[in-house]
Amino acid sequence: MFAYYFDLALRSFRRNKALTALMVLAIALGIGASMTTLTVFHVLSGDPIPNKSRQLFVAQLDPASKDGYIPGEEPADQMTRFDAETLLRQHRGVHQAMMTGGSAGIEPQQAGMDPFYADARYTSADFFQMFDAPFQYGNGWSGREDDKHERVAVIASDLNKKLFGGGNSVGKALRVNGHDFRIVGVLAPWRPTPKFYDMYNDRFGELEQVFVPFSTSRDLEMDRSGSMDCWDDHRDNDDPEGEAGVNAPCTWIQYWVELDTPAQVSAYHQYLVNYSDQQRASGRFERPTNVRLRDVMTWLDVNKIVPGDVRLQLWLAFGFLAVCLLNTVGLLLAKFLRRSSEIGVRRALGASRRAIFAQCLVEAGTIGLVGGVLGLGLALLGLWAVRQQPNSYNALAHLDVTMLLTTFLIAIVASLLAGLLPAWRACQVAPAIQLKSQ
Amino acid sequence: MELRPILTTLRRHKTASALIVLEIALSCAIICNAMFLISQRIDHLNRVSGLAENELVRVQLTGIGKDDNDVALTATDLAALRALPGVRDATVTNEVPFVNSSWNSSVNMSKDQQQPTLSSTVYMADDHFINSFGLKLVAGRNFGADELIDWKTFNAPNAKVAIPSVIITRSMADKLFPGQQAVGKSFYSWGDDPMRVVGVVEHLVRPSEQGGDVGHEYSMILPLRTPYTVGGNYVIRVTDPARRDEVLKAAIDTLKRNGPSRIILADNTMTFEALRAKYTQQDRSMVWLLVAVCIALLVVTALGIVGLASFWVQQRTKQIGVRRALGATRGQILRYFQTENFLLATLGIVLGMMLAYGINQLLMGKYELPRLPALYLPVGAVALWLLGQLSVLGPARRAAAVPPAVATRSV
Repeated sequence: MFAYYFDLALRSFRRNKALTALMVLAIALGIGASMTTLTVFHVLSGDPIPNKSRQLFVAQLDPASKDGYIPGEEPADQMTRFDAETLLRQHRGVHQAMMTGGSAGIEPQQAGMDPFYADARYTSADFFQMFDAPFQYGNGWSGREDDKHERVAVIASDLNKKLFGGGNSVGKALRVNGHDFRIVGVLAPWRPTPKFYDMYNDRFGELEQVFVPFSTSRDLEMDRSGSMDCWDDHRDNDDPEGEAGVNAPCTWIQYWVELDTPAQVSAYHQYLVNYSDQQRASGRFERPTNVRLRDVMTWLDVNKIVPGDVRLQLWLAFGFLAVCLLNTVGLLLAKFLRRSSEIGVRRALGASRRAIFAQCLVEAGTIGLVGGVLGLGLALLGLWAVRQQPNSYNALAHLDVTMLLTTFLIAIVASLLAGLLPAWRACQVAPAIQLKSQ
Repeated sequence: MELRPILTTLRRHKTASALIVLEIALSCAIICNAMFLISQRIDHLNRVSGLAENELVRVQLTGIGKDDNDVALTATDLAALRALPGVRDATVTNEVPFVNSSWNSSVNMSKDQQQPTLSSTVYMADDHFINSFGLKLVAGRNFGADELIDWKTFNAPNAKVAIPSVIITRSMADKLFPGQQAVGKSFYSWGDDPMRVVGVVEHLVRPSEQGGDVGHEYSMILPLRTPYTVGGNYVIRVTDPARRDEVLKAAIDTLKRNGPSRIILADNTMTFEALRAKYTQQDRSMVWLLVAVCIALLVVTALGIVGLASFWVQQRTKQIGVRRALGATRGQILRYFQTENFLLATLGIVLGMMLAYGINQLLMGKYELPRLPALYLPVGAVALWLLGQLSVLGPARRAAAVPPAVATRSV
């Protein structure tokens, strides 16, 4: 039966080429626009670390002074160095890491290569294990290297290719900021999307190229990059490190902890509350206790990871799709009602209303399928155009299998929905009237 | 023109009429909002920066590791840059507009204020800053060479150096000292001592999108002479905009020669025009996208109206034939269809306006947009009326061409 309906549909298309083409085009445009924006949205709102995102938490405290305090406000989204180092020392989580962004001046040992700057991350040892960082050669360092402020480094695969041709460079020297570091590990190509661990350093950009222990970075006074929020004058004390000092009244460090069970999560939350209370009792914290412990997806949500423009474009595309669908409804109505006499004949010969309805839906679905294929082509073109934009996240706009299937799903469902009203009107055609000679 | 027959006919073809009305309404709502967004973005793109943008180039560089000689090196850098041919002036500063990083500080009117009055960006400048950027002083004066403080002195641990003077923008002056002369007044920002306003510049935009629409020009210029290791921004103003690339190249060579173990950040080193273009790329893409969507919507709506109108004409061929046989002229048939379409379009536009305001309310809440100005409604209305009339013209002409003989046929 289905094949027969399909055949009828094709015949009808051939008879009304212009009308069919119009409908297919309208659906294709709507689908193309929607799928382009939906794919970009899908890429940007995805889970960067699916098998662990519910076990990784960012800890937030409220260490600032009473000045500028508004009750009910969110606590600081980064930590002071004092708090981060204290929490790290007390290590109440399964794993924990403190980190911040930075930049490293690399002086290649190879002749003929100019010195260049690379994005760096200063972190404690647990970073690699917590975030499932894939290693190509070697591995990360341990807490011992952190404590001894050793000059070790993990480099990313791009840097390894640039400096060492992609070979095993574990044990080799890397000259950073005029000091020699020993490479202990080389990461495999890795691009967490987004870089959820730091919201202030190009969220969708490429991975940092150099990872060094945080303690070492402070010894060598390496430049940091990211956001620093100071609520007081750090010049009030003698610390030569200034705003990056241990006691500086500045938040600039990201603190992540891995907790495996809900019991551990609530225990750690309580620990943060107790810690805040202690700090307030000792006079260091001035604000009421205000802690947060958020997992990866909640953290991304709070930080509004999907840019407003992308959301706006998504809604715009869906509005456009709605108009295209209304268009299709109208044109399908015109198409079916034009064939009233044919429908009348079929009904007179014994076709039930349901049969007519089904046949019309099949026709609508076929238009949706063809429109979907064309729309897929348009979406690929649209995504290509998006990738030409110089933004950091646009390079990630690729159609994956999920989005491919979604394209066809949306095309067929939308066209079936669009076809409901016209099909219903078509099957209401009274045979007797149509059979009269008019 | 009798409206009753038209309305009766429409009432009998409720579905098709409803579809046309809905399509026009939805198109109208989307197009009105899209046009509003376009104008917002264009306003944003055309914001006055206060700089002499077509005369400025920026070089950003950084050293490798610490440089204990940075202050002296910066001084020789600047001397060399100012001596280059084609250079009007040069300065070094911690931040520039049209980038995503900024230094910001809260501003208080009194020392023990709990909530800051506003947040302002901080430009650290020497006495060549205003001339290099091409800013326009509208009150007071520039810094004198004796007022400048070295950054290293100021930032040293336990240093109690007070910043005596500050230059602010007119926008900030109006907010802090409304209706008064700002020059001579003081406020508190960095440190415990008040800073006295010695000058007011007309415009100086903030880097990044700090401050939103209200505070996008809350900028203050402090007399802090920074070495190149703080931000590393050398800004050079040329005498002749046509020689910008030449001067940029010469500047890069000079800086490289002056301090060989430094890295020029090529991605951030360009003319200010290019810097602004790169920074506003996103807005421009959005404008093009919105324009494309508007055009596509109009095309799709037009095609929809053409399709449905053609169908209607075909349905009513006998009816038209009868009218023609009874003496209706072609013009009357044409006008019939035009009026019918006009009525539907009117209904659609009324619905569309309400929907447009509804959508605008949603956008206002989620994307911090102002309310849709009433101007867009008549513009959208006229556009869609015209569109409807043009679309129905073709089918209506075909209807008018139906010969009266058709009425007497029995098939």
